[in-house]
Amino acid sequence: MAVPKICGIETEFGIAHTGTDDANPIAASSLLINSYLSEVERTGEGGPAAGVTWDFEDEMPGNDIRGIAPLGSLAPEIETHLVNAVLTNGARYYVDHAHPELSTPECSNALDVTRYDKAAELILRRSMEAAAQILPPGQELVVYKNNSDGKGNSYGCHENYLMARATPFSQIVVHATAHLVTRQIFTGSGKVGSEAPGLTTEDVPFQITQRADFFEEEVGLETTLKRPIINTRDEPHADARHYRRLHVIAGDANMSEVATFLKVGTTAIVLAMVEDNVLPREFRFRMPVLAMRQVSYDLSLAKPLELADGTSATALDIQWDLLDQARKYADSHGLDTVGGSVGEMVIDRWEQVLAGLEADPATLAGQLDWVTKYRLIQGLAQRHDLRSDDARLAALDLQYHDLRPERSVAARAGLESLISADGAQAAITEPPLDTRAFFRGQCLKRWASSIVAANWDSIVFDVGDEPLRRVPMMEPSRGTADHVGQLLADCDTAADLLNRLRESGTR
Amino acid sequence: MAEREQIKKPAPQREQTEVEDAPAASEQVEELKAELDDLLDEIDEVLETNAEDFVKSYIQKGGQ
Repeated sequence: MAVPKICGIETEFGIAHTGTDDANPIAASSLLINSYLSEVERTGEGGPAAGVTWDFEDEMPGNDIRGIAPLGSLAPEIETHLVNAVLTNGARYYVDHAHPELSTPECSNALDVTRYDKAAELILRRSMEAAAQILPPGQELVVYKNNSDGKGNSYGCHENYLMARATPFSQIVVHATAHLVTRQIFTGSGKVGSEAPGLTTEDVPFQITQRADFFEEEVGLETTLKRPIINTRDEPHADARHYRRLHVIAGDANMSEVATFLKVGTTAIVLAMVEDNVLPREFRFRMPVLAMRQVSYDLSLAKPLELADGTSATALDIQWDLLDQARKYADSHGLDTVGGSVGEMVIDRWEQVLAGLEADPATLAGQLDWVTKYRLIQGLAQRHDLRSDDARLAALDLQYHDLRPERSVAARAGLESLISADGAQAAITEPPLDTRAFFRGQCLKRWASSIVAANWDSIVFDVGDEPLRRVPMMEPSRGTADHVGQLLADCDTAADLLNRLRESGTR
Repeated sequence: MAEREQIKKPAPQREQTEVEDAPAASEQVEELKAELDDLLDEIDEVLETNAEDFVKSYIQKGGQ
């Protein structure tokens, strides 16, 4: 049976330090995040829990779902010495691989993920402003929410979904691959040119996604080299007997809220259908890695992809089939595991977007990133009579993702909003109510001085008169407002909380 | 196009959407074009002035 699709997004942002010849991306990322942390501590706006560091106790990114890492594969390294903060909204804000990275708190549905993804943009924006106060005049840190520098270097926007350990991994691979390859037609953020070896802007003037050029394997453990469509990192951050966490590395970072919503929402539904074993047809590509690029390069959405059984189907065909199955699944099983009414919203928007893509993708400008960006690229090229390799088109592409309000192209492109300004603002400091992020966020908000470290599945308290106490949170669906709201309200101090937990023997 | 129509199982509510979205003729097209022109005016203003240098200097270390 499908388990609740607790989910979240981790985004590595691009960063530029302008006005200096001596830029170092790790130093710049640290400065950016530390500026934010000091600013929020100074203004007392309750953002991060100052002094609380990330607890690496349960980090095992080298564990492979397949049980053993193939010879020669490279286990990801953990950089424990870099700035690494936990925020009161339950998020993690840190330096990773020379980029600032923000992981949203665990959410119960795609709309909440979209809200926390929006809040992440606001946090990065505030960070840039705070850094500007510290940097010498003329210097600036600029953050881009994209996935490539246009020169062959990519950085990720990963999604995470809680899954039942009992589901055969081979089933996840088949159906998730079919979805991840074909969902690109609505999740892509668009890119000028290609970074695949041997291809030029002449061959690929514009493509649907930022990331497709960078995938080389079908299944694997790596995330920075030889990237696989299905990542096998087995690090559930939850009770490993019952759960796994599917770590999806194949998506783009989206400026469009509709794209983020659909990216997470449709994937959560497909994964729930895999767990409930209701998908009758397996779409196995003859060459999945090639199919990933074919979809991204085909703006007509018409070219068929070769399937292993000798037949073929377009990305739209496969998406229509998954949508039909999702409608049936909603009737037979309900959508409680994917947020109930939010799940219905996902299905309706999914259908509307597929219909739009089939009729004329241009009608989805303002909803999908790649369509919105492509319209501007074409418009600018026509207006100034630009060749496809003109730097102004590449500049427009980059600036679409610039998070500075005064420079952002996305902010001017008329993108539809699903999240209210107040909702996004509140999500900077308030955790979601219906996952364990509530417990983490509330504890940090109220008792940061008694907490020495926190991570996804535990909090370590230091209340002075006894040894450090680790409070485990191995069940992502517990620790919600319903579950612990009253308990937290009844406690004045962290010591109270620990006593209560000890007495009840539960959490 | 025709080939895809054959493979695909049409979703029930799709037909409706297409009817509702019936083209509102050239008036709408003109409106969209004017809107895009305004947007491009604004973009011309905010785009980095030296696009070549800007694009060249945007170099990132690879990440995940």
